[in-house]
Amino acid sequence: LASVSLITALAALPLHSTDFEVHRNWLAITHSLPVSKWYHENTSEWTLDYPPLFAWFEYSLSHVAQHFDKEMLVVQNLLYTSPATILFQRLSVIVTDIVFIYAVKECCRSVREEKGSKDLLGHPFFILAALLLWNFGLLIVDHIHFQYNGFLFGILLLSVARHLQGRHLEGALLFTVLLNLKHIYLYIAPAYGIFLLRSYCFTEDNTDGSVRWSSFSPVRLVALGSIVISVGALSFGPFIAMGQLPQVLSRLFPFKRGLCHAYWAPNVWALYNMVDKALSVLGVRLKLLDVAKLPKASMTGGLVQEFQHSILPSVSPSITLICTLLSIMVMLSIWCRPRGARGFLRCLVVCALGSFMFGWHVHEKAILMAILPFSILAVESREDAGIFLMLTTTGHYSLFPLLFTAAELPIKVLLMLLFTLYSFTSLKKLFRGSLLNPLETTYLLGLVAVEILCEVVYPLSPWQHTMPFVPLLVTSVYCSLGVCYSFIRLYVSLLRQHGTDKHKQL
Amino acid sequence: MENWSLVSICVLFGLTARWAVSLNSYSGAGKPPMFGDYEAQRHWQEVTYNLPVHEWYFNTTDNNLNYWGLDYPPLTAYHSLLCAHVAKLINPDWVELHASRGHESYGHKLFMRATVLVADLLIYIPAVVLYSFYLSEGSNKKKVCTVLCILLYPGLILIDYGHFQYNSISLGLALWGVVVLGLGWDVLGSLAFVLSLNYKQMELYHSLPFFCYLLGKCFKQGLAGRGLFLLVKIAVTVLVTFALCWLPFLSDPGQILQVVHRLFPVGRGLFEDKVANTWCSLNVLIKIKTILSTDTQLYISLTTTLLAILPSSIKLLMKPTLWQFKLALVNSSLAFFLFSFQVHEKSILLPALPVCLLLNDLPLPAIWFLQASTFSMLPLFLKDGLLVPYVVTSLAFLFFSIYLLSALEHCSEDKLRLGPYRQLYRIGWALFYFSITAMAGLSFMSVALAPPAQLPDLFPLLVSVFSYLHFLGLLLYFNIVQIAEPPQSVRKNQKKSN
Repeated sequence: LASVSLITALAALPLHSTDFEVHRNWLAITHSLPVSKWYHENTSEWTLDYPPLFAWFEYSLSHVAQHFDKEMLVVQNLLYTSPATILFQRLSVIVTDIVFIYAVKECCRSVREEKGSKDLLGHPFFILAALLLWNFGLLIVDHIHFQYNGFLFGILLLSVARHLQGRHLEGALLFTVLLNLKHIYLYIAPAYGIFLLRSYCFTEDNTDGSVRWSSFSPVRLVALGSIVISVGALSFGPFIAMGQLPQVLSRLFPFKRGLCHAYWAPNVWALYNMVDKALSVLGVRLKLLDVAKLPKASMTGGLVQEFQHSILPSVSPSITLICTLLSIMVMLSIWCRPRGARGFLRCLVVCALGSFMFGWHVHEKAILMAILPFSILAVESREDAGIFLMLTTTGHYSLFPLLFTAAELPIKVLLMLLFTLYSFTSLKKLFRGSLLNPLETTYLLGLVAVEILCEVVYPLSPWQHTMPFVPLLVTSVYCSLGVCYSFIRLYVSLLRQHGTDKHKQL
Repeated sequence: MENWSLVSICVLFGLTARWAVSLNSYSGAGKPPMFGDYEAQRHWQEVTYNLPVHEWYFNTTDNNLNYWGLDYPPLTAYHSLLCAHVAKLINPDWVELHASRGHESYGHKLFMRATVLVADLLIYIPAVVLYSFYLSEGSNKKKVCTVLCILLYPGLILIDYGHFQYNSISLGLALWGVVVLGLGWDVLGSLAFVLSLNYKQMELYHSLPFFCYLLGKCFKQGLAGRGLFLLVKIAVTVLVTFALCWLPFLSDPGQILQVVHRLFPVGRGLFEDKVANTWCSLNVLIKIKTILSTDTQLYISLTTTLLAILPSSIKLLMKPTLWQFKLALVNSSLAFFLFSFQVHEKSILLPALPVCLLLNDLPLPAIWFLQASTFSMLPLFLKDGLLVPYVVTSLAFLFFSIYLLSALEHCSEDKLRLGPYRQLYRIGWALFYFSITAMAGLSFMSVALAPPAQLPDLFPLLVSVFSYLHFLGLLLYFNIVQIAEPPQSVRKNQKKSN
């Protein structure tokens, strides 16, 4: 199993991206400035916008960074790169990935297997390990584009594994730590909350699985609560003491940023935008609208800014919140009828995917939050495997625009082919048979056509200069179709489970 | 899992590793006035595109032979011409006569790297896959592991994609020759080898085994009759292929002479720089370069080389089987490397190719040799700024090969084929680990420490002497294996050799 982990070490490439500079800046900030200034500093445009625990993490890293190259820790050195800096940053990602590797090991231990001898390559846990460790998205985002997601997802997976193993307190602790490291995990906090409340605080169920109110255990509730509060205090404490809480919160939740990121994440709003744009163009052509009256801001300009939709009603943050909550109402099913840790995992994935679909200013990287935990379910059930293949291929493809230089093109294509080929063949072998119906297969093959169109044909065509955003638009819209479809299927499967339980009860 | 998917995954993995290495620096990057091998290849594209054929190898006002003059046989020139046509389509500035000297740009680097990748994909990789599946033994899993390990050999990746050369073409063609000969198609095999020879004259290192193997086969089939017929067929193929490759130059004997003169620069001396061969290592103790005259040096190296290759060639002549052939390839090219004239450190790739073919049969010595060969090129990599790829690919190769090939071993002791020398097996592994540690240590020292002022070349010298000892030992070992082969083989499913 350890052999698979060496692959990550191969990712020591001399490439550069903006997130690189972001982290360098944070290293500099945490190292050189006193704590009270951390969230006020804005020399660089990449301000600190992760919760305090991550800042402490960067602080400890910066102490090691000193030995590599002192210059990178000076805040004023914007866009500073030297081979030593790059080496250090990449090494730090590789080292923190150890957490991820350990978490994967733990997850594999909890995977159920059928009886029967299989060779090494056929074992579900090996497939799971390979799917997680070689996850294309994680490789691309962490090692090439540069972030610390391996480390963070490691904590998430470890917490999930602990829950699967029944060690709930540890799982809760890990999750609170995670929340304080990157607040994007708030997306899945409701799943955790409801699951823990239901399965952990109520120690027994009735025979039909519904709530037995009498078995409420205040001790456990207090234990959970104390964990959450203490971790939160540890990370936010100093800032609350200094009265900086509003500033910190405003940095963490920048609602000024606009409905969609510069590159549209493939979610519902991408489709919404597309329809809006299409209608507006149509309206102009049919002389129903006056061009001058349309708002000039272009959502596709590649910049992060607010804008208004032209025809369809504009979407505000509260609307997205409501949509998200509606979509994850299904979580209440675990309240009614808990199915143990696996049901929790399913709800977690639905939560993550739902927030991805409807959230405000969603990053396309957030799709990883749904894909990675879903891998665990995918090696256990046939239907999940089918949905997984669909989701993961489209999700990964939607990450392609993150790497846009020509040098990275072969790498991303090769890695994508590697991962897709492996996931398809191994899952097919595991579940003995085809997992996708013809429509889905055609859709996925269409991805190849889209890729060729965007990367090869379009740049050579005359529209490249007038409408440079078209490839991004096409990619985003095409992928959102796939992601929406997977979401719907997942939702349906969850409801169906809920339905069969009800039938069983009757 | 089905074979094709496993093999595709291995190939994709190998390609990813190659491209990842190619994103690094290349030979002579940013070092005017002469730059390095990268500039040499670009210059050849410029020359072959803009000048007529009869001027390619001559010193003219347009073609200054001192600035990276063409010194490989005609196929390289044709390949450069092909690349130049493509380059012209993309960006004519890259091959402008005179104006494009020292041209370095992001787009151009991508283009050059892409040409290497395409050539590799078309020639070398299919040969490796075919070899593993048709000519090596063992379960399917083992064959796939062989593909992976051969594709991960760091030396070739680093030289072709880092330092920048096109070795995969000549080595690939030679490998095609081996594969085709192994399948029994002698004429096609000799065709492939002649093409390989016409791409890089260093393939002469491999020529003697090919010659002895084919001659031996002819003898086996009886010189009166089928054997003679085969001999004639092969001879005709060789001559015709040569003629076709050299067609533009055949019109004028002066042309042929000039090309030969460029290919074999005998005026240059016994060795250059630090090479892990006998003469360079001997030079440490006795300064032979200065004591003996050039002619004496030439004769000594000639005789020692011939002596070294004699045993294995005779054995191959008497017993032309595939197994003998592979071993003879190793022995002959390694002997040439160690004793020949004007050897470059990159020539270690020539013995390395047949050793890759032995990964399946003799894993420990093969892995040892391949790692030592990569290590011996360390000074070159350091000069090119390829330290990180060197470390990563070496570690990956070591890890994968040791894990995959030893995990699939059954009775490993027999595999060493040393017969009565089985006790050496355990010592062998211990020595191996010791030597790997020493290599790692020397690598680290070369990078981290500065050499003392009186001995500025200390570390390259240590590296080359250390590698030399390995090569010498392994030469003896492979020779013993080839010659001491027991009369009845213990191998199951031995492929029928005709």
